[in-house]
Amino acid sequence: MNHISPVLWQFLVKWMTNFSLFPPEASKIAPEMDALFFFMVLVSLIGLTLVVLLLVAFSLLYNKRRHPVAIQIEGSTLLEATWTIIPLGLFLIMFVWGALLYFRIYTPPANAMNIYVVGKQWMWKCEHPGGQHEINSLHIPINQPVQLTIISQDVFHSFSIPAFRVKREAIPGRYSTMWFEANQVGTFHLFCTQYCGTNHSQMIGEVVVMTPDDFKQWLASSTSGNSLAQNGERLFSSLSCTACHNTRPDARGPNLTSVYGSHLTLSSGQTITVDDEYLRSAILNPSQHITQGYAPIMPTYQGQISEDGVIALVEYLKHLDSDYRIQQTTNTTELLPEGEGRTAPAAKAAPAGEVKQ
Amino acid sequence: MSAATVSTIVNLPDQSTARIPKMNFLTKENGLLSWLLTGDHKRIATLYMISITFFFFIGGALAGLIRLELLTPQTDLLAADTYNKVFTMHGVIMVFLFLVPSVPATIGNFVIPMMVGAKDLALPKINLLSWYLYMAAGIGMIYTMAAGGVDTGWTFTTPLSTHYLNTHVISTGLCIFIAGFSSIFTGLNFIVTIHKMRCPGMTWFRLPLFVWSNYAASILMVLGTPVLAITLVLIVLERTVGIGVFDPAKGGDPLLFQHLFWFYSHPAVYIMILPGMGVISEVVSTFSRKRVFGYTAVAFSSVAIAVFGFFVWAHHMFIMGISNYAALVFSLLTMLVAVPSAIKIFNWAFTLYKGSITFETPMLYAFGFMGLFTIGGLTGVFLGATGTDIHLTETYFIVAHFHFVMVGGMLMAFLSGIHFWWPKWTGRMYPEKVSQLAAVVTFIGFNFTFFPQFILGVLGMPRRYAAYPPEFQVLNVFSTAGASILGVGYLLPILYLTWSLKYGEIAGDNPWQATGLEWQTQSPPLTENFIEIPIMDHEAYDYEWLEAQQRKEVASV
Amino acid sequence: MAHEPAGSAQSHHGEHPPYQRHHFESVEQQFDTTNFAMWLFLLTEVMFFGGLFMAYLLMRNWYYPAFVEASHQLNIGWGTANTAVLIISSFTMAMSVYSAEMKRRGALVMFLVITFILGLAFLGIKSIEYHEKWEKFHIPGIRYSTSAFTNPQSDPEVYKEYHDKPLPPDMASKTELYFFLYFAMTGMHALHMIIGIAILGFMIYKAKNGAYTTGHVTFVENFGLYWHFVDIIWIFLFPLLYLISRY
Repeated sequence: MNHISPVLWQFLVKWMTNFSLFPPEASKIAPEMDALFFFMVLVSLIGLTLVVLLLVAFSLLYNKRRHPVAIQIEGSTLLEATWTIIPLGLFLIMFVWGALLYFRIYTPPANAMNIYVVGKQWMWKCEHPGGQHEINSLHIPINQPVQLTIISQDVFHSFSIPAFRVKREAIPGRYSTMWFEANQVGTFHLFCTQYCGTNHSQMIGEVVVMTPDDFKQWLASSTSGNSLAQNGERLFSSLSCTACHNTRPDARGPNLTSVYGSHLTLSSGQTITVDDEYLRSAILNPSQHITQGYAPIMPTYQGQISEDGVIALVEYLKHLDSDYRIQQTTNTTELLPEGEGRTAPAAKAAPAGEVKQ
Repeated sequence: MSAATVSTIVNLPDQSTARIPKMNFLTKENGLLSWLLTGDHKRIATLYMISITFFFFIGGALAGLIRLELLTPQTDLLAADTYNKVFTMHGVIMVFLFLVPSVPATIGNFVIPMMVGAKDLALPKINLLSWYLYMAAGIGMIYTMAAGGVDTGWTFTTPLSTHYLNTHVISTGLCIFIAGFSSIFTGLNFIVTIHKMRCPGMTWFRLPLFVWSNYAASILMVLGTPVLAITLVLIVLERTVGIGVFDPAKGGDPLLFQHLFWFYSHPAVYIMILPGMGVISEVVSTFSRKRVFGYTAVAFSSVAIAVFGFFVWAHHMFIMGISNYAALVFSLLTMLVAVPSAIKIFNWAFTLYKGSITFETPMLYAFGFMGLFTIGGLTGVFLGATGTDIHLTETYFIVAHFHFVMVGGMLMAFLSGIHFWWPKWTGRMYPEKVSQLAAVVTFIGFNFTFFPQFILGVLGMPRRYAAYPPEFQVLNVFSTAGASILGVGYLLPILYLTWSLKYGEIAGDNPWQATGLEWQTQSPPLTENFIEIPIMDHEAYDYEWLEAQQRKEVASV
Repeated sequence: MAHEPAGSAQSHHGEHPPYQRHHFESVEQQFDTTNFAMWLFLLTEVMFFGGLFMAYLLMRNWYYPAFVEASHQLNIGWGTANTAVLIISSFTMAMSVYSAEMKRRGALVMFLVITFILGLAFLGIKSIEYHEKWEKFHIPGIRYSTSAFTNPQSDPEVYKEYHDKPLPPDMASKTELYFFLYFAMTGMHALHMIIGIAILGFMIYKAKNGAYTTGHVTFVENFGLYWHFVDIIWIFLFPLLYLISRY
């Protein structure tokens, strides 16, 4: 739509936003969803007008005073076919268009920056890979695809950013993902939209979209000192994972370097691709995720780690094949050049230490 | 008989000599026990009518509390916990104690045996049991409210309802379980009656469309409600014993609950709307003096809605963790289920074509239905497309959508039906001018209340919020103002319908000059409906037959 | 709309058998209708059990090793005995219906009593099994221990027969889900049996006084349908719960 008349479009959207009749379009996908939405509004208006017109016209033309004798008509197959096929056609257009949008929103691009979100009664905890934690807020840079890996610690919640037109449930027991790319600087509403108990209405916050420089500054100032991967490394050893998952030739567990993203054959014969969800399940339900060739001796950590802990471990395992010790930073996270496939913590701003991209 | 005037088809007997027939189902036996132990479907329908109205007003009062709280952005009128209980009870009472039984158990119970030409429903004792189960559920619900209420939301999402709340989930769950069986027995009764007790000559395609709609709804009741029953059992077990079926820590799956719950609750919405659509068919036909346009299409579309309705449940779960491909399938099926409803709207509209239309109260409500259900149904398509659903789900858009179809649709149809069959039921007419006013007031109030909620939804205001960002206040105030008008619109019928019981004009057998076997008997009907079982020798909505009938009738007794 | 001509074959008030309800035009219609109603009711029961079967399908698929080992805790002997008891009781129930149709009161009462006793026998065997589960700490949520699955040798009887391998703790905890399904499904089934037995008791009393041997067999016939349905549910439950690894 904004291709048709950018000026008119901007005017309409700005006017409606200022009068609080329409949410701001602050992400790349927002105008595309709005286009479908307005198409649906248009079709609905036409449909409604048609129905109302028929009702009014027939009422005027054929009310008892004007048309005292009714003429019995059985029906018309042609009309039935018309008003079956045309609505069906329009609905199918909406189906296809909506499906394309849906797949777009729930299929994150490979170069998206990943941020973890843990929902619990009644707050959102957003965890940046660099170790920055925020409660009920989410700071992101503009014009950068951001992927959210969301999970709930207790009940169903739902992470909703109306200005970006995205929303996804936080499910207890499983990761869910969505992505967006903000293209407007500003502060936008963040809501929990799945009823979750007493303070459901209080589980709100803000999404702050910043310029890349501001974002770097923010990252630097909000750090806790350790990145998620570093926390993960500490947990990995404190939970004695290294007892089996090490690089010794007689190790009882598979070597986890480079396991993330690989194709793994399980003891059941199944082959899976290792992603976040797999890693989490393997930690909490190991007996169903035994790599082929290994004994099913891994104990379960269900009940011993919180979701934050699992996230830290997952983040650690994700970066095991890169020399993250040198790359670690508490200051910034930067994109790898296109095609590298993963973001990695970028160099320290301080002069000490080797800078590596 | 006085001739109908130019702008109305109402044809009442001469009021100076007319009397309500001495022997009718209301006067046959007296005493409380004759009512509490009755097998007469008409008396049971009357019992239902009174109890349903009672629970409707409780649910309505709760709605009033919600709207009052939402006048301001803060949680000032009610504490957050109380608000959560209020909207939960509003949902539970309105869905299970009002909407599901409304048209089937009151109007359906009353009218279906007469429409098929039978003396009663197939299983009168089961019918009475059904009412007792309903009352048990209702009284249980009142007890639950008095004891502190429940705050899970009417959708009972696990693990919130099973592990994180300590309100009266179990008693509410059991009440709904019992109400479910009330619904199953009503549906069972209807299906058996329609299959086995049609009078001679009454083929399937001579049945009034009201019967078809209730038949379709009954299929849903019978096949879908047991799944809700077992789901509630699982919730109770999970809460009491801790079996783990919905607990991810124990290997269970909270999403399993969602699938089981929505497998019933989606067909439930069609249970709620289909009987209302049946009423509209009758009303539109009578007040345009025409056979419903495309009778076969309307009949089959009712069954199509029922069948397709079983296959779309996961459209309530598009963002909840089902795979993208599952979402695709359910979205496609949702688009398919939307089409039969569109077909009906157009068929009703074209019934008006070349008819002879008058605008008595039932017809006004029917017009309201057609407009508001169109909006509600179309906004359902917004939600059925997965892409837009992401933005609109779990917001006030959903609230507006279902209130448009349930209140703007179903409740209007219910009122239409009550007014339409009121003369048959009581032998008296309601006051026409006041009722037309009430219909218009309801329509205006409704639009004011719920249209702003669409906008709120698009803006992103989440549902079930006691507090909200201040920029949403203006629209919320609009909505509450509309609600007060709507409340007036619903109170008026109580007043004038009660008034009409004593002071209404005597209606006679067929004040609307409608076709349909129920209109060929006295008003109110005899307990056994017909002295001898009729033989059906004409089509449904056969106005030519009716004319011939009236010409043959002797004018005076 | 034509009315019935006078003197037609339709029954007038007082001319129909005493057990024909007034809203039915004939005994055939009454029988036909109530029979159809019972079939429809049984369909709702299928949907009711369906939710449990759905949960079973999922859990068994996800946690197969746990389900296999947990099912070894059930005694196949008792299960088979129960299956035989129910099949025979279905036979005797069918014989009761036949006796009622043949108007043989003595035979009817005898077969109803045998069915009643067999029903009680089923419940008795079930309670023996439930008691055993209680003893062995296999009641989910209330009294549960996974030691029999993490260390199968601690249960010599079962180990002798199956030589199960020890389950890892997280898989062993899933056996609780199996037992929940076991109790929920057999419990729901047993509830339906109890209701059936109660109605049987009522029927025996009425049958003794000749209620069903005067031509009015509807009640017995419809109850027979119900009894067969309860039997069929068991026929599904038995292999699903007891015979998981045996085929």
